[in-house]
Amino acid sequence: MDLPERPSPVGQPVALFVTCLVDYLFPSTGVAAVRLLEHLGVTVRFPAAQACCGQPGYNGGYQHEAQPLAERFLDVFYDIPVIVSPSGSCTTMIRQEYPRLFANDPPRLEQAQAIAARTWELTEYLVDGLGVTNLGLRLDAPQTFAVHDSCHGLRYLGLGRQARALLTAVENATVVPLEDADECCGFGGLFSVKMPDLSAALLRKKIGHIRACEAPTIVTGDVSCMMHINGGLAREGASRRVRHIAEALADGLPERERDGQPRR
Amino acid sequence: MDSHAAEFVVAARRALADTPLQAAVKRATDTAARKRDLAMFAAGRDYGEALRQQSAAARHRALSQLPDLLEQAEARLTANGATVLWAVDAAEVCQHVQTIAAQHGVRRVTKAKSMISEEVGLNDALIAAGIETLETDLGEFIIQLAGEAPSHIVTPVIHKSKEAIRDLLVERLDMPPTDDAGTMARFAREHLRAAFLSADMGISGGNFIIAETGTLCLVTNEGNGRMVTTLPPVHVALVGIEKVVATLEDYALLTQVLPRSATGQALAVYTHMINGPRRPDEIDGPEALYIILVDNGRSAIYGTDYAEVLGCIRCGACMNACPIYEATGGHAYGWVYPGPVGAVLTPLLTDLQEASPLPYASTLCGKCKEVCPVDIDLPRMLLDLRRDLVNAGHTPWLWAAGMRGWSLAARSPRLFDAAAHAARIGQRALPDGRKLPLGPLGGWTASRELPRIAAQPFRAWWAAQEKAQSHDDEP
Repeated sequence: MDLPERPSPVGQPVALFVTCLVDYLFPSTGVAAVRLLEHLGVTVRFPAAQACCGQPGYNGGYQHEAQPLAERFLDVFYDIPVIVSPSGSCTTMIRQEYPRLFANDPPRLEQAQAIAARTWELTEYLVDGLGVTNLGLRLDAPQTFAVHDSCHGLRYLGLGRQARALLTAVENATVVPLEDADECCGFGGLFSVKMPDLSAALLRKKIGHIRACEAPTIVTGDVSCMMHINGGLAREGASRRVRHIAEALADGLPERERDGQPRR
Repeated sequence: MDSHAAEFVVAARRALADTPLQAAVKRATDTAARKRDLAMFAAGRDYGEALRQQSAAARHRALSQLPDLLEQAEARLTANGATVLWAVDAAEVCQHVQTIAAQHGVRRVTKAKSMISEEVGLNDALIAAGIETLETDLGEFIIQLAGEAPSHIVTPVIHKSKEAIRDLLVERLDMPPTDDAGTMARFAREHLRAAFLSADMGISGGNFIIAETGTLCLVTNEGNGRMVTTLPPVHVALVGIEKVVATLEDYALLTQVLPRSATGQALAVYTHMINGPRRPDEIDGPEALYIILVDNGRSAIYGTDYAEVLGCIRCGACMNACPIYEATGGHAYGWVYPGPVGAVLTPLLTDLQEASPLPYASTLCGKCKEVCPVDIDLPRMLLDLRRDLVNAGHTPWLWAAGMRGWSLAARSPRLFDAAAHAARIGQRALPDGRKLPLGPLGGWTASRELPRIAAQPFRAWWAAQEKAQSHDDEP
């Protein structure tokens, strides 16, 4: 996609757009993102008025239903110079789809375009925004990882190398390839509910590659893929799990920076 | 051709259970996708990407001046000695072909591969009129023998194993049994040779028409295209009105990306550029050349948000890349064009409501756009078609009600929080590993565990942290 000219986020405080899935299903991913940002000395804010970006409805064709959520997002985040989200998929919604959603509403379009330029996916913010690859992290024991490329991050935002570079720079971490890492896991949001058999067929292929991978931990940039693949792995009784990149990285933080996890 | 797109979900389920189909489609699409990547990026990724973008620009150029280019093409083709006919719909195409056949006393027709002839149901119309009609592309020949429809626009018989094809040839044409694909192809070739020599009319499609020169361009691999377009005394080409390109230069670009994207070839085995029927000083070629420019719903797409799809050059790369196509094969899509481009074209060219499952038959993974040689934004159009379906009320009321409820709850953090809390309490009653018997999540839980709603959402954790922080800060 063609990105608008992006102001540098260096030295700016960051507002975390945590996403509804992270908020309610995987809060530890949000905590890990906060800890990583704080580790780099970035001031993190969490605008509590934030809600869902509207993607579930929008991708289903329910644009009228998604629009109030998009408007709310623009209102909540309008004055904020840097927005970071631990999701390639929600970031795509904001960066690519908001300007389309408001194509015929000039005032909103202007807001949407301004916000699109200031919104970053987490790994993209770290590597491309801050220009940091080595976060100074160290795992207690050697670990091997492989990366599953989430479709939105990979093909809509051009992500993939950032996660691999960040992980590779962690002391004691090794990154190995995952077969067909760029193949869709079959989630597709409401697709997996509307056409569950077809979605499961794609999931089975993904799980086959994960089971054959030498890395015990697969890392990805979207909790939606993670939720879907882990749902399948758990149902098959497999021990492997997919983790969000933020959590895998946060394991390498110094002990004192890791505490304060949310209650399960 | 009648559409069965409405039955996509059932057809897909059937395809998923068809083990030989799964194996055949996976093998064929994996191979084609791999060969496409190698061919497209043989001179480096930047070169291949630049070729894609230039090709996209060539198609945009053509579409932006389509009405003028069509008039120019008609004038040049006519000056070259071809007869140009226009057809608004399927019936008019079939009518034109039958009229031509009657004028020339045609009894036998050989055909090269043409998806538009499938679209308009030409074979059935000709056979009903008592004209012997034979497909001569090997894949189409097999399909016709089996009484089926193509399941891929480039490799129509992709869904059949070699063994299934052998059995068909043995049963229908008394082929001596063999497991060697080369021997089977030679057998079919012998069979077709007689037909080529005795046909009164050849029918082909057309990959491009160059407006500035009045040239009909065809890309084939088996030589049958050359036989069909040169041996019979009459050649009729059916070409969609969107297939026009402005200049020879644009054609030169597109003819590089088409075979690379379709079959992983730098150049197809036969690249035809037909500039009219046989001239008095020439020894080969038909006496008469007819070009039928077919609309059949295309002009209704032109000028809408979906005009971009008219840039499609029918390479099939999106099918080979699509994980959904790989899982279902082409027949499940229910009409002429399967895969991602079919999911866009079928609702537009047939009926939006009838084809309503197709725009939803995608995870929006974006691979189709990534491999498209002319960079058509198929995911964007799938999203827009979903929007159109919703706005036209062609989605189940339960979904519509659910989405309205979601929208209301999600825009109020407090309400959303309460809903999540209630769901979490409900979830406690559900032990891990339980499959929900019905409801919208029944299918989901058939092969996946549901995630657990967190006891402390992130926002609550954040608030608690902030509170603790402010206590710490107190003197």
